[in-house]
Amino acid sequence: MAGNIILEVVTPEKSVVSEEAKIVVAPGSLGEFGVLIGHTPFLSTLKVGSLRYMDANNVERYVFISGGFAEALPGKVTVLAESAERRRDIDLERAKSAMERAQKRLTDVSKKQDVDFMRARIALERALHRLRVAGTRR
Amino acid sequence: MATLKDVQIKIGAVKKTKQITRAMGMVATSKLRGAQQNMDGFRPYAAKFAEVLGSLAEKAGEGASPLLVPREEVKKINIVLCTSDRGLCGGFNVNLITAANKFMKERSEQGLDFSFTNFGKKGRDWCRKNKMEIDSANLGIVGARFGFNVALTAGQKLVDGFLDGTYDEVYVVFSEFISRSKQIPVVKQILPIPPIETAEEEEVDTDKPYQAEHICEPSPAELLGDLLPRHVYVQIYSALLETSTSEHAARMAAMDNATTACNDMINSLTLAYNKARQAAITAQLMDIVGGAEALKG
Repeated sequence: MAGNIILEVVTPEKSVVSEEAKIVVAPGSLGEFGVLIGHTPFLSTLKVGSLRYMDANNVERYVFISGGFAEALPGKVTVLAESAERRRDIDLERAKSAMERAQKRLTDVSKKQDVDFMRARIALERALHRLRVAGTRR
Repeated sequence: MATLKDVQIKIGAVKKTKQITRAMGMVATSKLRGAQQNMDGFRPYAAKFAEVLGSLAEKAGEGASPLLVPREEVKKINIVLCTSDRGLCGGFNVNLITAANKFMKERSEQGLDFSFTNFGKKGRDWCRKNKMEIDSANLGIVGARFGFNVALTAGQKLVDGFLDGTYDEVYVVFSEFISRSKQIPVVKQILPIPPIETAEEEEVDTDKPYQAEHICEPSPAELLGDLLPRHVYVQIYSALLETSTSEHAARMAAMDNATTACNDMINSLTLAYNKARQAAITAQLMDIVGGAEALKG
């Protein structure tokens, strides 16, 4: 590996990550992809999931991403996400309660076609991914 | 001439008012700082977004998404009216509402229908009073802390409404924050999305020319289809941020003026008070002197 690539994760509210990374692996909508330095310019949408990267000190780090898109340039990866949280910033209690709420809504079969149902499914997915990111071991 | 007591009471009242206006001014100042920080936090996202969108739009060509295509016959227009929830901020809300009203007048000769998506209580109250059609009203957002999801929910509704033909055009009326002493109401079209080359977001690093040739996943057209609705949310979010910041700035200015006006009033009242007091003393002296003269006589 010739060097480090700059990773930036920005949300509309703030910049979440801005540091050097050895490798970045992001959840593309057509499948996960990894980016090293010198990558061809590349643009992809992202799905809900976890972005992981190896920082300059060889520590693997995880960031929760709730959809968005990523742009890779030879020296830099920019991730634009609606919301993003580093593992340590994830609010476990909130994610858990969100999961329970979503599950409760989903069990209500009468509203299967409802918009709420779709929303609940997306909410459940988000909550599960948050928990998964938070649960990964160092 | 007002009696001494009257003037004294009045001075007290004005002083109390001054305390309130000054406190409100200080609150507005600190909130303005927070709002400006939010705006600064959003800037990198907006800049990057505009950059990527611009290069994609070029590649995907025109007519790539129904969101870009203007309707031939426009019947119904939705106006997203951003105002503040609370008053005491000078001409802020009036200016915004006037801008919306003027825009409606300009367009109304073609027999168009209007409906409103309100952010802020003042705008909603105006719509109610004038019997406008209100599609949704969102209170407690402008001027407070809010997240991107607010813009997301509202934006989704607008995009859906546009796609199923409920609206043919969507405009947003908001207050653009230019400086602490200047905010101007702006009417901006958000749907159908106007040509993107003229994206007015601020550039972030102009020193680096943008490399346009990307591999896209999925195809550029699909990517664009995914990004365009987000573009609408981004526009709404930025309008809300601008309006919030403007509100605090407007309130700050209004309260500053009010405090100055209070000072002027206190000055002139104190003068009147001193005059009245002096007049009373003089009258008393005249009495004593007059009495003494009479005794001598």
